[in-house]
Amino acid sequence: MAETENTSSVLAAQSHQVAIEASRRNKIRNFRLLSMPALIVLTIGAAGPLLIMLVYSFLKAAPYGGVVWEPSIDGWFGVFLKKDIFDGTISIATAHLSILWRSVNLSIQSTLLALILGFPTAYFIATRSVQTRNLWLFLITIPFWTNLLIRTFAIMQVIRDQGIINNFLIGWGLIESPIEMLYTDFAIMLGMTYVYLPLMVLPLYASIEKLDFRLVEAAYDLYATRLRVLWRIIIPLVRPGIVAGSILVFVPSLGAYVTPRVLGGGKHLMLGNLIELQFGQGRNWPLGAALSIFLLCVVMGALLIYVRVAQRGTTEHV
Amino acid sequence: MRRVIKNLISALVALMFVNAAHAAGELHIFNWGDYTNPDLIAKFEQMYDVKVTITDYDSNETALSKVRPGGHGFDIAVPTSSHIPIWIEEGLLMQTNPNEMPNFVHVAEQWRNPDWEPGRNYSVPWTWGSTGISVNTAMYGGEINTSELFFSPPDELHGRINIVPEMNDVMNMAIMYEGGQPCTTDKEVLMRVRDTVMAAKENWKSIDYGTKEKLVSGDVAVSMNWNGYSKRAREENPDIAFGYPKQGYPLWMDNVAVLADAKNVENAKLFQNFLMDPENAAMISAFAQYANGIAGSEAYMPADLASAPEIAIPAELQSAGVFVPPCPPEAQQLYTAIWTEVQK
Amino acid sequence: MSEVQVRRKQFAVRKLPGFQSTAVLCFVLLYAPIAALVIYSFNAGTNIALWEGFSLKWYHVAWQNEQVQEVTIRSFIIASVASFSATLLATLAALGTTRTENYRGRTAIYALINQPLMVPEIVTGVALLIFFAIIKTVTGYHGLFYLMLAHTAFCIPFAYLPIRARLEGMDISLETAAQDLYATPWMTFRRITLPLLWPGVLAGAMLAFVISLDDVVITELVKSAGQDTLPTYMLGQLRRGVTPEVNAISSALLGVSILLVSLFYILRNR
Repeated sequence: MAETENTSSVLAAQSHQVAIEASRRNKIRNFRLLSMPALIVLTIGAAGPLLIMLVYSFLKAAPYGGVVWEPSIDGWFGVFLKKDIFDGTISIATAHLSILWRSVNLSIQSTLLALILGFPTAYFIATRSVQTRNLWLFLITIPFWTNLLIRTFAIMQVIRDQGIINNFLIGWGLIESPIEMLYTDFAIMLGMTYVYLPLMVLPLYASIEKLDFRLVEAAYDLYATRLRVLWRIIIPLVRPGIVAGSILVFVPSLGAYVTPRVLGGGKHLMLGNLIELQFGQGRNWPLGAALSIFLLCVVMGALLIYVRVAQRGTTEHV
Repeated sequence: MRRVIKNLISALVALMFVNAAHAAGELHIFNWGDYTNPDLIAKFEQMYDVKVTITDYDSNETALSKVRPGGHGFDIAVPTSSHIPIWIEEGLLMQTNPNEMPNFVHVAEQWRNPDWEPGRNYSVPWTWGSTGISVNTAMYGGEINTSELFFSPPDELHGRINIVPEMNDVMNMAIMYEGGQPCTTDKEVLMRVRDTVMAAKENWKSIDYGTKEKLVSGDVAVSMNWNGYSKRAREENPDIAFGYPKQGYPLWMDNVAVLADAKNVENAKLFQNFLMDPENAAMISAFAQYANGIAGSEAYMPADLASAPEIAIPAELQSAGVFVPPCPPEAQQLYTAIWTEVQK
Repeated sequence: MSEVQVRRKQFAVRKLPGFQSTAVLCFVLLYAPIAALVIYSFNAGTNIALWEGFSLKWYHVAWQNEQVQEVTIRSFIIASVASFSATLLATLAALGTTRTENYRGRTAIYALINQPLMVPEIVTGVALLIFFAIIKTVTGYHGLFYLMLAHTAFCIPFAYLPIRARLEGMDISLETAAQDLYATPWMTFRRITLPLLWPGVLAGAMLAFVISLDDVVITELVKSAGQDTLPTYMLGQLRRGVTPEVNAISSALLGVSILLVSLFYILRNR
């Protein structure tokens, strides 16, 4: 569809294009500079100091937290391998692998659930009248003005054994004994979905809001079914929003710390908890640093692939 | 538009410097959250005309990592007995010689020369307590002074146990349960510890704080707990009792010390001396619900506090309590490995 | 009434089956815990897990507690500054990374902007702690600036992604037209680009605000003396167990924000 549009307009555009070519090239160069302030702040306030962590991952752990300035690869060794504390044999760090797997698995589930709930919600908001849209948006964010811990405790209130859901179900005679939801992986997944839901809804909204419904109408005129319209027209057009939302939910979920601890009951570690343990009671900063650089590399690699795949096509659309 | 931005910027600049403004006298305290009696601080502020700020931390590790690199702005911190030697060794504390201060005479005999800081050249007592077992006696009627309830619980307690996420407390209690010494690196003992904890964990409902809610609401019947919090839980549910495991349990004391890079040293010293006054120490206890180390403070405490079963340890169980030293790095590494294995 | 609108009544183009009910479900799920939170703020007991009758006790307690008020205000100041500056920077960066042909290093810039998302907070926190400690020792300045800077930095990706999603594929013919009519770049931006971009900017700003307001770990590690925020204050309470006092503060804030929003809405639609 995009191609035909392009070819027809190419001829007309060409002459115009030549005329403004020079000025545009200039403008583009100026536009690039617009990223600079953000990059400077990020370099000082986030990414730059991270180099400290990179250095730390190659140093020796100090006895009581912190590092000794002696080069060592113990940190990186500990990420992948473990020396059995009893017989000294070296094997793959299965504990770390299973924690990594749990984190990835639960984060994917949360992202999917957030997408399933968030997409219709964002769509619903974007199709309200112009005056009411912002109101709906505020309604999405207002629950998140209350503190994360408090919200997590509130979720606990709802799903605990003597909580609202179970009391309700038992009260109506639907079940006899409470369904155990709190302190399970399900609770972690639910909690992360809840906590990160606005991160899905808002970017989706920003994308859907500019959706050109004439295209949708045209599709219906050609006897497309609703499902087909959703799949072939709407979703491809709002893909940037889906990409942004999924990143914003998936990546923080991977490093989540509070939710797994409070709702998961702390019986199973997630990556965020494992890293925190090394910087805290474990007193092994190099291992913590190495684990987090490893996580950073994995996420960044996955992200670049994801963005490249997800954007294939969209950039040529317009 | 431009004017608006200008105004906004000047307002922000003004706001940033409010904090930096220096009053006549200041004192910046870094203490555990929800631990400092506001009335105590008000009294000190009034007495010495000093403006006090309180900032919270949630673990010894956080406090240590924040103070170590410097530039934090704190004058006073309150490390636990198990961490005091680390702070002293790393040169983070200032030698203020509380033992020469006028109010030192009030410090109870047993706290004047503690193992973790012989002679008390640095710190004064804040509060002390024990890590033991809270049991809802309406839900469980058996013996409560045993750590079997965590490590080999009877069937009726399966799935009704909470453990606090304090690796060192859990590990040391398990080591003592298996007959070892805290901070041991004895592989044989540790192997038993690992197997015991791995098996026991299947019967634990959660590894989390918030012990009071869990106990009072009946979510769990048994929880590892600190004695002061257990007392708070008992106030809401009289069935909750506190047990001291006969196999061994950790004791601890939090101590007020002046930081080596403190800016308001004189005020900090005044504060140390102020805290050793029995009347003031009683205010600490009244708020935190723990015993303090000052003789004669009981007279100023709420009536129920000094004699509470959570504070007065039964004579026959006193010897089982151990002040845990800072464990050496080798031990710490082993414990972390086991703890990670348990929670994988 | 146009023909299109008439036809829309017969065949709802925008409607998709199940979407409305999912949205309703989503709102119910969002507000169920919040409802529990508000209800328990009126609890007479000291336990957040056990209902012991209606009382305004905790509102009274919170009202009397100067420290809680102080930390709440501090949280809002930091969140306002951080979300404002993060949104501003993110908007510029979004223009700088989408309104250009692909140039070398653009992917690297994209990765750098999103970097704060990719490491757990504890890591950024420890790194900043060490880095800022050096600056604090050298300059002797301990103000809120460090917290604002750190918050701005980690809020940037949260503001950037929605804005970028909005910008991507936005029709630039209007901007070109404006420029052909000799509008200055600033004019073009204010009159054309910004209004088109506005929903994205608003979404980004809201996210940044919420994210800053929630931050515990980085704040805990960066704060200096006397700089507790509401989340770090609560973290300190976590061991003992939180009382309904915090529920009361949250509910009060909720009430105020809902009041403000509806007031704003009513005034604008008069």
